[in-house]
Amino acid sequence: MTTNSPSKVHVTTTINGQEHELLVPGYMSLLDTLRELIGLTGTKEGCLDGNCGACTVTVDGRIVDSCLVLGAEVNGKTVETIEGMATPEGLHPLQQAFLEEAALQCGICTPGFLVAAKGLLDNEPSPTEGRIRHWLAGNLCRCTGYDKIVRAVQKASS
Amino acid sequence: MHPFAYVAPSTVAEAVAVLNEHGDRARPLAGGTDLLVKARANVWELDAVVDIKNIPELMTISVNGDGLSMGAGVPCYQVYDNSEVAAQYPGIIDGVSIIGGIQIQSRAGLGGNLCNAAPSGDGIPSLIAYSAIAKIASVNGTREVAVEDFCTGPSRTVLEAGELLVSIDVPKPAANSGAAYTRFIPRNEMDIAVAGVGVFVQLDASGQNFVSGRIALASVGPTPILASAAGDSLAGKPVNDETIAAAASLAKDAATPITDMRGTIDQRKQLVEVLTGRMIKQAVERARG
Amino acid sequence: MVATFEPKTDYKVVGTRPIRHDGYDKVTGRAIYGGDMKLPGLIWGVCVRSPHAHAKIKSIDTSAAEAMDGVFAVITRDDMPKAESKLVDLGEGNINFKWASNKLMADTKVLYKGHPVAAIAAVDRYTAEEAARLVVVEYDVLPSVTNVVDALKDDAPILLDDLVGDDLGEDVTNTNMAAHVRHEFGDVEGAMSSAAHTIEREYNMQMVHQGYIEPHNATATWDEEDRIKVWTSTQGAFPARTQIAGILQVDVSRVKVTPLEIGGGFGGKIPVYFEPLAALLSKKSGRPVKMVMERTAIFETTGPTPGARMIIKLGADADGKLTAATADIWFEAGANPGAFIGPAAMCVYAPYEIANTRIDGWDVLVNKPKVAPYRAPGSPQVAFAMESTIDELCENAGWDSMKFRVDNASKEGTRRGDGVLFSKIGMEEVLEAAQQSAHWTSPIGDAPEGKKRGRGIANGYWFNIGLKSSANLSVNADGTVQLTEGSTDIGGSRVAMAMHVAEVLGLTAHDVRPTVGDTESVGYTDVTGGSRTTYATGYACWIAANNLVEVLKDRVAVLWDINKDDVDFNDGVFSSKAEAEKTIGFKELAGKLDDLGGPANSTGSVDLESAGDGFGMHIADVEIDIATGKTDIIRYTAIQDVGTAIHPSYVEGQLQGGSVQGIGWALNEEYFMTDTGTMANSSFLDYRMPTSLDLPLIETVLVEVPNPLHPYGVRGVGETPICPPIPAIANAIQDAIGTRLYNTPMNAGSILEALK
Repeated sequence: MTTNSPSKVHVTTTINGQEHELLVPGYMSLLDTLRELIGLTGTKEGCLDGNCGACTVTVDGRIVDSCLVLGAEVNGKTVETIEGMATPEGLHPLQQAFLEEAALQCGICTPGFLVAAKGLLDNEPSPTEGRIRHWLAGNLCRCTGYDKIVRAVQKASS
Repeated sequence: MHPFAYVAPSTVAEAVAVLNEHGDRARPLAGGTDLLVKARANVWELDAVVDIKNIPELMTISVNGDGLSMGAGVPCYQVYDNSEVAAQYPGIIDGVSIIGGIQIQSRAGLGGNLCNAAPSGDGIPSLIAYSAIAKIASVNGTREVAVEDFCTGPSRTVLEAGELLVSIDVPKPAANSGAAYTRFIPRNEMDIAVAGVGVFVQLDASGQNFVSGRIALASVGPTPILASAAGDSLAGKPVNDETIAAAASLAKDAATPITDMRGTIDQRKQLVEVLTGRMIKQAVERARG
Repeated sequence: MVATFEPKTDYKVVGTRPIRHDGYDKVTGRAIYGGDMKLPGLIWGVCVRSPHAHAKIKSIDTSAAEAMDGVFAVITRDDMPKAESKLVDLGEGNINFKWASNKLMADTKVLYKGHPVAAIAAVDRYTAEEAARLVVVEYDVLPSVTNVVDALKDDAPILLDDLVGDDLGEDVTNTNMAAHVRHEFGDVEGAMSSAAHTIEREYNMQMVHQGYIEPHNATATWDEEDRIKVWTSTQGAFPARTQIAGILQVDVSRVKVTPLEIGGGFGGKIPVYFEPLAALLSKKSGRPVKMVMERTAIFETTGPTPGARMIIKLGADADGKLTAATADIWFEAGANPGAFIGPAAMCVYAPYEIANTRIDGWDVLVNKPKVAPYRAPGSPQVAFAMESTIDELCENAGWDSMKFRVDNASKEGTRRGDGVLFSKIGMEEVLEAAQQSAHWTSPIGDAPEGKKRGRGIANGYWFNIGLKSSANLSVNADGTVQLTEGSTDIGGSRVAMAMHVAEVLGLTAHDVRPTVGDTESVGYTDVTGGSRTTYATGYACWIAANNLVEVLKDRVAVLWDINKDDVDFNDGVFSSKAEAEKTIGFKELAGKLDDLGGPANSTGSVDLESAGDGFGMHIADVEIDIATGKTDIIRYTAIQDVGTAIHPSYVEGQLQGGSVQGIGWALNEEYFMTDTGTMANSSFLDYRMPTSLDLPLIETVLVEVPNPLHPYGVRGVGETPICPPIPAIANAIQDAIGTRLYNTPMNAGSILEALK
């Protein structure tokens, strides 16, 4: 394989259940791939260095900071973003709980929190408050003080 | 950020060929949680990143009678989700559980943590305490380096241009042994260690005396430090507060911290002493089962 | 004549918790924030920034950048219109356009690291960033100052050569002191010298940042008719328009600002940073240009809050009554004047009745970014100083600090430190509620081995502001109502606006559909800030709703062929005063409007001089590991007079959010400066804001002392909550370890030092 000039990478990936075939610059982050190349702007940019979690998506079932994943890396993988969380039948219980508990103020961190929290509840349906806080420590919120976010996750858990 | 190409080889041979071709303008990509940050900050100018995650031997964990072998690309979560590793190598679990947060642990791993060679690398002290060995490949073949010799300065390692870390191998711990790692951070997660201490102890059959100990420190020198005198001081001594305090004091003496935005010299020295005491005690508890 | 209102108790909508109208878009990722904006042909802009804290610009060579493939335009100071050195009232403070322009693009000097010197528009962000690295700038590096003490020394490097400082009315030149103001009442010297107890203490605080998660952004087009359109995340589309027009030297009518959803501001998104630059890049390139700020630049070049040096002296009589107080307050302004010493003077003594007071405040330039409001700017700083000194005075004299605060509490008629007299306020009610609270009446519990626990309390105050707001209403045929209001929604305010209208009209909150308008679709509205939004814009909505009732009464009069004066309206139903059985409901009337004169619309606007003051007290329990200095907050309660809580969930949220910002400020946040005058920790890694793992649940107690200045009794609530946390934690630490800290952040290292 030659690497004389940066070339684009042919990527086939499934995003929110839909297959995408893309040409992604080798250096482009998954976050930019989603937001700029595909147009899914629900995943947000906050810091670009893995410290705020606003860019959280799921890759093959694991939550990751998409700013620190290259778009090229999801070739052959499954990606889930905030846009895939609700279905035509309705909101995910977490989304509903966030609304009822007023767990968002400005809402910019909300997609990241929802995807991250779903990653928790998918594997641990009844986490303790401490486990919720530990799981979500990679997501910064500056508006709410986390209180209502934690309560919303508790409400959505079984 | 200098625009780079992305290549994803499926063998070690392919990977080292690309790394050899580009020298220090190509780097292996594991979790990306250090590499992409540095590339974006123009700390490195890269022409290529070599994604090693399609190379099977860099992505496997094996636990057997000889010990533990972790591929260089294995992410933290796979280590702590592995019940055998959790049961037999608790000190390593301590380290991988506190690097970053959950999102980071889905991607970052011990291989990258070691190669990034930050003095604060949370994965490294336990590896040193467990006497781990780094296995390195290049176009010229393979070689081994003890983890305590791997880092040579902040962000500097023994890796030459074109070399690739393939795995980290940990010898099977002796009977009646235990290990633990902790660090001090200002918040409860997501921080770089102000000081970190990893301890491995082997006790005698009675569990009342130390046979041997290894103590390693993070964030208190230009590299992680094997505090040999501190660890050696445990050999043959009874397990009691005096022995532990003496070792903790020697660990403090081995620390050569600086004052920076994360902590002061005095604070770091005090933390080393406190955390060493706590980690020896925890390692002893684990050794006693 | 200022209208006053009696409190109501029989609300139908006020006090309930409907789901916010914009909530569905926000939990699904559909909501469009500034950074999400897309336009055909959009290209990307970035700034070229100074690496030095203070330097003369010798030359700028943009040729290599301009020649790079994919670069559309490069601008420097030569492209910036010459803005006037003129003060314009932005509502919350004045703005000098010359300085505002200089902040966006340095003129002859750079005044802080990151100060922009050029800007580039290119096909995408990666290309623009690479092009920025090709711009060659030659600097003459100058010495810099990054704290108020060094900045005021005789040999300090001077930031602005043409600055004329105002020292109590006297002009001063060749200085970094922009202003020195004084407020004095009574006989301070006499009272202090005869006081039975006195105490004097000095406090030092590092600069901190609002820390909103969403970066600053702007998208702009400059068209063939010299009309400029801007889409941005802003705390006020109209103040943004004023700034953009002033910096670009065009009439405000040439600028249209469309506020997109905003991801946090706390005051920091009142000033503009990218909007004029994006517009100029658009003009030069012929393309729409978007700019999104990097996190490092957000810390280094937007508007943090002042670091401070403060000296408080208090005098009290033998019976525990405060008799005298002096405050010397030096605030960092950053690279231009305007450090919020006015608000600090208003707040420092506010919770207390003190007959003899003096305040001296200095506004000091330093080589740091120009400060912007951060949630009650100036008040958290003086609260730290005042509330810590109050507690230490009590410790020394053997007085209970809760009782002391009660005995000296401000009430109606108390004179504030700047001379204003309080009207009806809730300080006493807050103190009462604090003493009754679950937290105060529960024991702190025993600390585990190796740890110590402590409990601390502190008061906090923000005056809140009124200013201008506008709202439009129109009736839909199905009986719902369209509301367009001018307050950008940072925290859920649009639902409270809808609830005001719903309450007046007898509708449900969801039958009122709120929209945040742009500068061409609604009347002038001041910033979303100053804790004014629910108060002032809610008031404007209430006026619009009452005006709508009048319009509809006209239609009912037509319907029944009676006089308008004979039409009554109660609880959503119109009736005839003469014939009580003759009624028609709102929805039914709405369906008939086509035959009764057509569209029914109304407007409402306000320009409110005063607002209702906001008092709060917080209680903090800490647990400290004495071997490492690590402090954990184990219990926290925020008690505040909120007037009337329109939507209690969002009021609670303001108390919780402000508390946590204060906790972060108290324990870990700071601008850690290097000795070359730059910020060492300009990332979320080392600028340590609390995570969910660092906190307990935040208990809230909403005390409701209705504000007579608002139809439903609303007081501003958003800013007061950041004022008590720092001193509450300082007082708790003192309670835990017996040593007091006088500097922030009160981090583990400083606690270890204190324990030695």
